[in-house]
Amino acid sequence: MTRLSRIVLLAVSAGLLAMLVLPIWSIHLQAPQYPEGLGMHVWLGTVRGIGQHDLANINELNHYIGMKRIEPDTIAELRFMPLLVAGMAALGLLAGALGRRWLLYAWSVLFIAMAAAGLGDFYRWLYDYGHDLAPDAAIQVPGMVYTPPLIGSKTLLNFTAVSWPAAGGWIAIAAGAAAAYAVVHEMRVARRAAAA
Amino acid sequence: MSNPLWRKLAYPIGGVAVVGALFSAYQHGGRSSDLVTGDDAARKVYVAPGQKDEFYAMLSGGFNGQMSVYGLPSGRLLKIIPVFAQHAENGWGYSEETKPMLNTSYGFIPWDDAHHPELSQTDGVPDGRWVFINANNTPRVARIDLSTMETTEILEIPNSAGNHPSPFTTPDTRYVVAATRFSVPIPQRDVSIEEFEHFKGTISFIRADQPGRMDVAFQLLVPGVDYDKAHVGKGVSDGWAFFTSYDTELAHTLLEKNASQNDKDFVAAVNWKRAEECVAQGKARTVPANYAHNVLDERSRVAHSSFNHSVKMLRPDACPGVMYYLPTPKSPHGVDVDPSGEYIVSGGKLSTIIPVHSFTKIRKAIESRAFDGTFEGIPVLKYDAIIAGEVKNPGLGPLHTEFDGKGYAYTSNFISSDIVKWKLGTWEVVDKIPTYYSTGHLMIPGGDSRKPWGKYLVALNKITKDRYLPTGPELAQSAQLIDISGDKMKLLLDFPTTGEPHYAQALPAALVTAHQVKYYDLHRSTHPYRVTSEAETKAVRTGNRVDVYMAAIRSHFAPDNIEGIRVGDSVYFHVTNLEQDWDIPHGFAAMGNRNGELLVMPGETRTLAWVPQEPGVYPFYCTDFCSALHQEMQGYARVSPKGSDTPLAWGTDRPLHPEEHASHEEHDRHAER
Repeated sequence: MTRLSRIVLLAVSAGLLAMLVLPIWSIHLQAPQYPEGLGMHVWLGTVRGIGQHDLANINELNHYIGMKRIEPDTIAELRFMPLLVAGMAALGLLAGALGRRWLLYAWSVLFIAMAAAGLGDFYRWLYDYGHDLAPDAAIQVPGMVYTPPLIGSKTLLNFTAVSWPAAGGWIAIAAGAAAAYAVVHEMRVARRAAAA
Repeated sequence: MSNPLWRKLAYPIGGVAVVGALFSAYQHGGRSSDLVTGDDAARKVYVAPGQKDEFYAMLSGGFNGQMSVYGLPSGRLLKIIPVFAQHAENGWGYSEETKPMLNTSYGFIPWDDAHHPELSQTDGVPDGRWVFINANNTPRVARIDLSTMETTEILEIPNSAGNHPSPFTTPDTRYVVAATRFSVPIPQRDVSIEEFEHFKGTISFIRADQPGRMDVAFQLLVPGVDYDKAHVGKGVSDGWAFFTSYDTELAHTLLEKNASQNDKDFVAAVNWKRAEECVAQGKARTVPANYAHNVLDERSRVAHSSFNHSVKMLRPDACPGVMYYLPTPKSPHGVDVDPSGEYIVSGGKLSTIIPVHSFTKIRKAIESRAFDGTFEGIPVLKYDAIIAGEVKNPGLGPLHTEFDGKGYAYTSNFISSDIVKWKLGTWEVVDKIPTYYSTGHLMIPGGDSRKPWGKYLVALNKITKDRYLPTGPELAQSAQLIDISGDKMKLLLDFPTTGEPHYAQALPAALVTAHQVKYYDLHRSTHPYRVTSEAETKAVRTGNRVDVYMAAIRSHFAPDNIEGIRVGDSVYFHVTNLEQDWDIPHGFAAMGNRNGELLVMPGETRTLAWVPQEPGVYPFYCTDFCSALHQEMQGYARVSPKGSDTPLAWGTDRPLHPEEHASHEEHDRHAER
């Protein structure tokens, strides 16, 4: 592995550690009655309101459409996601230290696969909250489901839900891109070495 | 018609035509809106939808016993803050938590006459922490916390009657003052009204800088004239307080004539720092008294009354130098101190001039003993020795003066119904503007402080006759907003007010908005009947008392079905609003309740007592339109005859008597709760 790739891998791993203490995704909700906005941050290990009581207030509003309460303690993924990411950071640091090229390839494939799986799982939860509604809910709009967008904006009754990666999410995206760049770089160096 | 004659007549005829047209325009409705206000008045008071006012104005409600909050320059009413009067709208004085706020030594007094809001000050400038207001009738002073816009403390004033010259503050809010408009026997006793020599007044200094701990620090026992208005010195006159007085004739009947005989009455100048020294030296006597102190606890939001049983009373003869009388023409009403503290302006309501005393001259007169005898033992200073100047021909019935901080003073004239602007130092009248009608107080934001925000003036008017659509014999009083930013005063707006806008205070909105409370922290509450979740709700019987620990949250009550109440019970609904969001109050009302209803703010617990009279099923419901399903926020309380054995049961969305139903599952669910 070149010096450049080692530095990239070490930096990416350090970035992963930062993801442990930063929100990775945000969902903002806007409605006429909430000019100040309501919202939540998804962390690797929890879900929190942006304002002190936002999560409780979102749950309060959601009960009218029969949505399940969002209770971070009941979401199993939130328990092991931090461990997984911390593990990846440790592996990345180790791979960077050892400097073996195949370790970089393996780590990068694993990381991108994990990120994709994580995103897929996140969407599964959003889908589940949006579709699994109590049959005796007060507000029932035929054909209406309430899955917030994974990214971008969507109108859900009187609310506009806007989802974007938060700081931790952007770090993950940047980490993926950097790792991909390092892989391409290494492959090019290897090819050149083989030709020489 | 020959040419020269036509020319001679053209100008006079044309002139008459123009005058006639103007007069006609004046007669046909142009009276104030077209001719008095400037063209740009609408723009200056227009606060566009979604925009906010520049100033908060706190107007007293006079005989409604409350205080109202308006925005300036729009004149929009933002809130009525209940103070001394029960307020059916939100349960103030009806809920068990707030009833103690209205306790006095005379018992529960659910009304009063509230006159003078006074903002707390730091370094002589309104600071946005509190506003104080007096109760005239049953002497009291209240503290309103501006972060919640709610009355949090009320102190009764002992040895007093007609607490009118109150609650004006020292520059650091160490004290707010109070004094007797009506002299009375002190201590109260049964004497002939004609033995007026037994009648005395008191001037009280109320410690006010610690919330929840207001206290009468000391009282001065003073001659029994009627003390009318007050203001406290600042700057050079810091340490002094000034009280106008009328009835130096000591009349006790037909005062309109008998108290209007003397050419000069007094402004009482009280050296409160000197009084403090004398009190510290033990020169005050501790005398028995009985007065209520009511405090709304910040954590539990439950008010508690306690009674104090003594007060420190200082006689002026035991503390020489504590008090002087300043002769002032004639039945003076307002007494106002300019921003520097040097000039003490007193509106003699029957006087043709406005006298202005100089504090520097007062000091010199005291040092050189320029006395004009004594009145009931109090030295009277020589008028000529203390007068700084007189404003000549200010108008009729000058009452109150405020300042713009730019060298000008503005005085209200009740009888001529106008406001006169005059210059401090030269005492010349520079402008005058009519008011509609009969202005009592006037107010400039910070206009009685060290640093006025001299942009607007508000005239507080008693008579509105033809100003608004008529509403029968009882008409609104009004406030008039006047632009004082230029050389000439300009009328911008007038708006009707609730009650009597007797006096007012105003300050820049940012001083208040910076620390607004949006809701109460449910988990910080120490209310004894608080619940933090629906799981904690229950009903408990103790003899004939039933306590319902109830939760309100969009859009239901828990419990919403209650059985087992009996005729003869006193039921206490302790309603906790579980919401933790801004602007989501819930209401609570039960059919046939002789008491009142509740408005419960997010995170707080309020208790409504209900004594049902007849068996039946009584609906209760939320009275504040809280949510889309507000109308569904309702429930039932079943009342059984006295002595019935209906078991006490409660719940929401589950059977009240599961044992009478078949399902085990339901029984288990009940057991779990």
